[in-house]
Amino acid sequence: MSELKATTQTGAPMTGGPDSHGHPVDLNNYIRTCAYVFASVLCATALMIWISFLPEHYTWALKVGLILVVACGNAFVVAGFLMHLISEKKMIYTLLAFTVFFFAGLMGLTLYALQDFPTGTTH
Amino acid sequence: MEIPYTVQPRPDTGIYNAKVGIWLFLASEVMLFGGLFSGYVLLRVGADQWPHGWLDVRFGTLNTIILALSAITTLLAWAACKVGHFGKFKFFHACTLLLALSFLSVKMYEYHDKWIHYEIKLADGTFADGHLVEKSADFDLAQKTGTVTLHGRIVKDETLLYDLRSQKNIELKEVTVNASDIVKMENYGPWHNTFLAIYFTLTGLHALHILGGSIVIGYLWGPGSKMWKKDPERFTNRIEVSGLFWHFVDLVWIFLFPVLYLT
Repeated sequence: MSELKATTQTGAPMTGGPDSHGHPVDLNNYIRTCAYVFASVLCATALMIWISFLPEHYTWALKVGLILVVACGNAFVVAGFLMHLISEKKMIYTLLAFTVFFFAGLMGLTLYALQDFPTGTTH
Repeated sequence: MEIPYTVQPRPDTGIYNAKVGIWLFLASEVMLFGGLFSGYVLLRVGADQWPHGWLDVRFGTLNTIILALSAITTLLAWAACKVGHFGKFKFFHACTLLLALSFLSVKMYEYHDKWIHYEIKLADGTFADGHLVEKSADFDLAQKTGTVTLHGRIVKDETLLYDLRSQKNIELKEVTVNASDIVKMENYGPWHNTFLAIYFTLTGLHALHILGGSIVIGYLWGPGSKMWKKDPERFTNRIEVSGLFWHFVDLVWIFLFPVLYLT
């Protein structure tokens, strides 16, 4: 990594063309951000595993709920920092708003249909 | 004819066209996986019993770490392009490719583990369950000849095979069964029950995405990297677009891992 802090092949500093917001890209900043993201992913994964091995008097419904909350936080970190969604263009937010709307509709309909489902489908 | 807005942002959207395209594609992918997750919820809620502890958490965790690392190397590959350091791009993208192949290798091992895992219903009402050790040379289920040996256990009640998390110190040993005693013999393929059906469907589709992404990454790392010399900005945008797809694949796994391995 120390080599990365030096210069580019052309001798220019390790900052380059602008990102989608016109800010110059700094490789060292990205390496730091990536280290934080990786650490948070490891922590979230460890937390989810720990929750899943909680004693039996914690119901599976509770465990699933807690694990999904942690997974959502984990996904937010990855999408926010690695996919740059924390500071994107309005166009992409608009597109994602539609996606969220339809995805919420899909899951909402799924939950709505839970009582209207044939049981005994294990085998 | 030159394709417009491959580098410069389009005035009305504020971004180059390929980026709009990949986000539209990812939106459709959200609905594809969303439909399957919806199916998972319905199957799980409708099932009389749901298996716990059937998948090895260690392998799931390993693949989570591998994918997280690959997501980071793909971002660093793009950042290296941005700062004009082609050598670093090559290194980071090669790492991504190797990590992707590692992920698929672990997945194949897990699939194989399920493929050689059998549940056998015996004539006395008990169940033999375990990994296949060997079948005798004359083993023929239809003719009821020969024997099959599993590394596993025999249980009286099939429900004991479902929740492995709640059972402590399960003792496994070699169990040999005569074909004449077998009522039904089935491996842990997608046909075994709804859990395995949805497991193979979700992870299989995800693995196909990994494979497709690996092909694109491999192309951009190899022959496609020639574009760097004549149009570095456009090449960098290609890396960003492929990276967005790769991060999405990582996002899907972030939910697949807890849903399938931990709950």
